[in-house]
Amino acid sequence: MTGIEAHVQQPYKYGFVTDIESEVVPPGLNEDVIRLISAKKQEPAWMLEWRLKAYRNWLKMSEPHWPNVKYGPIDYQAISYYAAPKQRPKLESLDQVDPKLVQTFEKLGIPIEEQKRLSGVAVDAVFDSVSVATTFQAELAKYGVIFMPISQAVREHADLVQKYLGSVVPHNDNFFAALNSAVFTDGSFVYVPKGVRCPLELSTYFRINASATGQFERTLIIADEGSYVSYLEGCSAPMRDENQLHAAVVELVALDNAQIKYSTIQNWYPGDEEGRGGIYNFVTKRGKCAGRNSKISWTQVETGSAITWKYPGCILQGDNSIGEFYSVAVTSHRQQADTGTKMIHLGKNTRSTIVSKGISAGRGQNTYRGLVKIMKGAEGARNYSQCDSMLIGDKCGAHTFPYIDVRNSTAIMEHEASTSKIGEDQIFYLRQRGLSSEDAVSMIVNGFCKEVFKELPMEFAVEATRLLGISLEGSVG
Amino acid sequence: MAKTKALLEVKGLRVAVAGNEILKGVDLAMGEGEVHAIMGPNGSGKSTLAQVLAGHPAYAVLAGTVRYDGKDLLELDPEERARAGVFLAFQYPVEIRGITNSYFLRAALNAVRKNRGQPELDPIDFLQVLEEKLKAIGWDDSMMNRPVNEGFSGGEKKRNEILQLAVLEPRLAILDETDSGLDIDALKTVAEAVNQLRNAERSFLIVTHYQRLLNYIKPDMVHVLADGRMVRSGGPELALELEARGYDWLRDGAMVS
Repeated sequence: MTGIEAHVQQPYKYGFVTDIESEVVPPGLNEDVIRLISAKKQEPAWMLEWRLKAYRNWLKMSEPHWPNVKYGPIDYQAISYYAAPKQRPKLESLDQVDPKLVQTFEKLGIPIEEQKRLSGVAVDAVFDSVSVATTFQAELAKYGVIFMPISQAVREHADLVQKYLGSVVPHNDNFFAALNSAVFTDGSFVYVPKGVRCPLELSTYFRINASATGQFERTLIIADEGSYVSYLEGCSAPMRDENQLHAAVVELVALDNAQIKYSTIQNWYPGDEEGRGGIYNFVTKRGKCAGRNSKISWTQVETGSAITWKYPGCILQGDNSIGEFYSVAVTSHRQQADTGTKMIHLGKNTRSTIVSKGISAGRGQNTYRGLVKIMKGAEGARNYSQCDSMLIGDKCGAHTFPYIDVRNSTAIMEHEASTSKIGEDQIFYLRQRGLSSEDAVSMIVNGFCKEVFKELPMEFAVEATRLLGISLEGSVG
Repeated sequence: MAKTKALLEVKGLRVAVAGNEILKGVDLAMGEGEVHAIMGPNGSGKSTLAQVLAGHPAYAVLAGTVRYDGKDLLELDPEERARAGVFLAFQYPVEIRGITNSYFLRAALNAVRKNRGQPELDPIDFLQVLEEKLKAIGWDDSMMNRPVNEGFSGGEKKRNEILQLAVLEPRLAILDETDSGLDIDALKTVAEAVNQLRNAERSFLIVTHYQRLLNYIKPDMVHVLADGRMVRSGGPELALELEARGYDWLRDGAMVS
């Protein structure tokens, strides 16, 4: 054994490029580009106005530099804000999707032909700036569930979009959210009507393909009173030497007695061993438990991206509402992650649970940053936070920044934190029982992440376990 | 000794850790089905010998050979040794969070079975095997669904090592100070289980500081290690003599014998 650190890293498996004719808007950002995007999406005037308002705000904002990550300046004028594969403007059925796109998603394990469907999962497949296919729309419509690209929802369900878009993450919320509000291209829209338990898992797969572009998707999920929906997103991108920006916004709204379970498996290209290339994943995700007894649960498994900056949070407005955050974040090579959550307690007897598992290997830097805020009116609020860090090797780092702001004396707060290191003794113990060193590391890491994996839908828990094995393969020798 | 087939043969083994030579030329021969005890004062190199035989990467072999079942043991990775039937019951078993004992043990057993050309066991078949093994040593399954060694008492950890031994069915079981930290009842329980596991093909190398474990597990041979060398070998009576006279007696006089 050559010591921890030695193995060769398994190459990123999703780094291929699809050779497809694309329509790419020249790089640069100004009001004309925003007008062009809006026109391409055939948007109503209110939508364009909202975008422009966001853009004008963005111009006055500056990029945040408080996260514990380092990267060179981003030239926002060098990015193309719209890229779409050329295909027939309106698809009558999924059979008309360009076979190259179908193949691309198939290669990623995301079948978009319904006959090859993932059982029990409806998929919206987003390729660069557009949604290329959404499966099971008709099936879902029988239950009154709307699941479609957000660009389509802007046209067809303007009332809902107008009411909720920006209601959780305002157009000027932060630098990257404002940028997204100005230029967002596609993403998913979900509405689950009163009392409906969505019969399928909904999922969106985001694929960046074109170079020198950014992906700015926007997702809006509304769970009406007494409804339930489980939603999963996955993502990947080609291997390239330059960095690409991904600045998404996700908004969730849960009304009285509604539940939203949102799971993410993030596998953007992380860059190479020397830290060349990779995705800048600067994302704003927030859910509002607007109604009484509502519940929003975020589960994320983050293995990709050169830099991750995201804090999926919950605003617990309704009395007795519940917010949960379960996270596994892996940084290997020279990846950097500054991630965590914000739980804002407004309503009475609101409860939140935070379980964060950070794994650092190689020269990776992993930061947990979390805020728990108990407001004055949040009588009887409770929070439980647990932040565990695991180090593999001695050149990586783990950092924890928990912020706690309590303004009501009836609040009960618990915080636990631990840092552990996979050592040679642990690996030796497992090898002495017959396991290979790869299997030993995988077993130790999976055990460490168990509390989070058990929150994932079954099929995805398997995927997450596998993915974690791949990203850490080679980090221990 | 000539009656049994040789299983382990250590010759002139010299081992260093972090640049310090700990074993300074150790010889040891064990036949199939034999139980040998290695005794010696603290720092004599007993645990080093156990760790080196299992392949711990922190120990550097400077010289010597180790033949195991006709193979050059030192050529094999730790997992290859394990799969070939070398088992080390650790003095300090590690904890593995979030992984149940039964999941871990099944993974280990399947790795060993694969090497023996046997089919892997699914969880249900494994449960049956496990029940048989538990029955044989007279233990219950209360530890099986707890995370590996996490929150285990010292005694539970040692018992867990013996349980793994029972399930993995090694040919050479090395017990590294399995008796340390055990009260007399726990010691008896562990010793009885070990006695159940003795058979004509399985050899035990029992590393211990004290003679008391040998009251319950009767060795065929006792070796005394001092300052990195075997200074005396003999029958079970040697252990009693050590108990009565202490190690200093050997340190001064026995080198010449």
